[in-house]
Amino acid sequence: MVKDLLYLGVDVGSVSTNLVLIDKWGDVKEALYLRTQGRPLETIQRGLANLAERYEDHQIGGVGTTGSARTLASVVLGADVVKNEITAHAVAASRLVPGVRTILEIGGQDSKLILLKDGVVSDFSMNTVCAAGTGSFLDQQAARLQISIEEFGELAVKSNHAVRIAGRCSVFAESDMIHKQQMGHSLSDIVAGLCEALVRNFLNNLGKGKKLEAPMVFQGGVAANVGMRQAFEKALGHEIFIPEHHKVMGAVGSALLAQETVNHAGGFTQFKGFSMAEEQIVANSWECGDCPNLCEVIEIQEAGQLLARWGDRCGKWENALAVARSETVPEAQVQTAGQ
Amino acid sequence: MKVTFPHMGNMSIVIKALLKELNIEFIPPPPITKRTLSLGVQHAPESACLPLKINIGNFLEAAEKGADTVLMAGGIGPCRFGYYNQVQREILNDLGVNLNMIVLEPPDNHIGELLKRLRTLTGSNSWWRVVKAIRFAFAKCEALDDLERAASRIRCRELQRGDVDRVYAQGCQAIDQATTPKEIVQCRDEYLTKMRSLPLDHLKRPIRIGIVGEIYTLLEPSSNGFMEKNLGRLGAEVSRSIYLSEWVNEHLLKGLLPVKGHKLTRKRAQPYLNCMVGGHGQESIGATIEYAQQGYDGVIQVGPLTCMPEIVAQSIMPNVEKDFHIPVLTIYVDEQTGEAGLMTRLEAFVDMLERRKRIQVESGLQG
Repeated sequence: MVKDLLYLGVDVGSVSTNLVLIDKWGDVKEALYLRTQGRPLETIQRGLANLAERYEDHQIGGVGTTGSARTLASVVLGADVVKNEITAHAVAASRLVPGVRTILEIGGQDSKLILLKDGVVSDFSMNTVCAAGTGSFLDQQAARLQISIEEFGELAVKSNHAVRIAGRCSVFAESDMIHKQQMGHSLSDIVAGLCEALVRNFLNNLGKGKKLEAPMVFQGGVAANVGMRQAFEKALGHEIFIPEHHKVMGAVGSALLAQETVNHAGGFTQFKGFSMAEEQIVANSWECGDCPNLCEVIEIQEAGQLLARWGDRCGKWENALAVARSETVPEAQVQTAGQ
Repeated sequence: MKVTFPHMGNMSIVIKALLKELNIEFIPPPPITKRTLSLGVQHAPESACLPLKINIGNFLEAAEKGADTVLMAGGIGPCRFGYYNQVQREILNDLGVNLNMIVLEPPDNHIGELLKRLRTLTGSNSWWRVVKAIRFAFAKCEALDDLERAASRIRCRELQRGDVDRVYAQGCQAIDQATTPKEIVQCRDEYLTKMRSLPLDHLKRPIRIGIVGEIYTLLEPSSNGFMEKNLGRLGAEVSRSIYLSEWVNEHLLKGLLPVKGHKLTRKRAQPYLNCMVGGHGQESIGATIEYAQQGYDGVIQVGPLTCMPEIVAQSIMPNVEKDFHIPVLTIYVDEQTGEAGLMTRLEAFVDMLERRKRIQVESGLQG
């Protein structure tokens, strides 16, 4: 019996690497949430190895990658589509929550606000200069207070009087929290206050001049935190919906995009197969000394064969590869190498 | 006297032409690289905006090569740029780098004031010679702008990536080497034709993006993360609200030459911003309205971080967006700007505009 095709979505972010498999109806069949731990290549391979235990190459109908290491992931996997996180998140949310108008997303090191109209992104913003109020900070504070990140949210919900904490800068937020602790405020009030400060920071940084309308969705790793959800609901005055797969929405979105792209292109995928989990993939980098730009050129090799190069401003190294490729493989997707 | 000057897009070619015509010895600063920026960041005040930092880097690198005089533009009005030449002189003095500074400021009343300042530079050259040199340099400026406009328009159609930029770079070089006004025009036409005869996707109906904002970050590609090139490669046709020839004519030559100015652009901004806020704040608003009226799909506003005129414009943009149904993305750049974050924003913006356009076209077909 031929099983229905599945689509693989991979989101390689700063903190986590997520892999999902969706079926042709868009239902999530498999969701892996792995810590990237600064080793994106190995983490992708680890995830792939995990999936290889249960699935085979011919079941995969398409691959999409997103996240800050999307180009790297696309080279390793042979992706059909490489898209930024904003598009991926928007696609996933509008599929899982039809009619969604506002997406609040807080991940490991970035936060995004995406506004949609008729299922299309109409406006977006990303945190630019500061990471106060992202997942990493909450993680850090939970560790400092020696409570698990899961308990953190529940503790916040128990509070009936949230303390006001300065949330503009994460270092000052921490000193303010210590100060409030020394004053004798209860832990739950402080934690609730922190959630409110982060929400205030989010809305001030990203939501300025924008009209946030319901239905609203909150996704990303931090959405698991009920305290943050409550703080958002309090600030915005609307119920906030948290999708079941809120942690891996970027990956779901890129899987949906992969499905769309492959169907559009006639049903063929570039997927290189689960065997890539075993391949010897080496990332090299060197500093090009031909001009004072001193670009750091990155080169990906698979079993001694050059897969991709990027990082050079002038395009010299990148183009050298593209030319070499177009000579050997005429239909090579030169595009993926250059992003 | 060995004269140097700051980089700003293709301006070095223009100034080189001017100085060469006047028989003045010059040393152009080396191209802007990471080193230029680090030198600038090291010696400039942290809160100053990006143009100052790059300028300082340029001057220091030029001084290393033996330059002793700087030709620098000044300005009037609330924008900080107006006193940058003074700040730069002080910083260079403190560093023990002795560069004499000649400031070209927009004349208050009459072109004669500019010519008077130029006198220190021109020395024994006759006025006729000076006027001729300015005209020659300006011809180069216009030709370069034409090439740049064309490149931004057709880059999204290139079938082989990098083709347009290769021809564009060759064209700039050819114009740089041209020695007569006639040759300049010939070079321009030759390379425009070359660009158009590259293998291009003529059937493509790309989205169109207008870039507005502060002049330095608009004109100097290395300061805005090569925005025009990147947008082109993402598949967008790009136009820019300010080109060098327009700025030179308006600000230094007092609109002496028949080049399209921004008077009308500023007038368009009046319902939203009816007074001068310095820099190009008014122009950013006005140009956004113009792009919306011309049917562009989106506008990107770019400025250096902490740029006051652009912050004023940015706070007004939501109203313009609403009234003219055009999405505006604001991007501030400084030495901290990460390339990856910038690319993500550009890519997401292009995606958004493409999806919007597709839906508009589809609903248009049905309706």
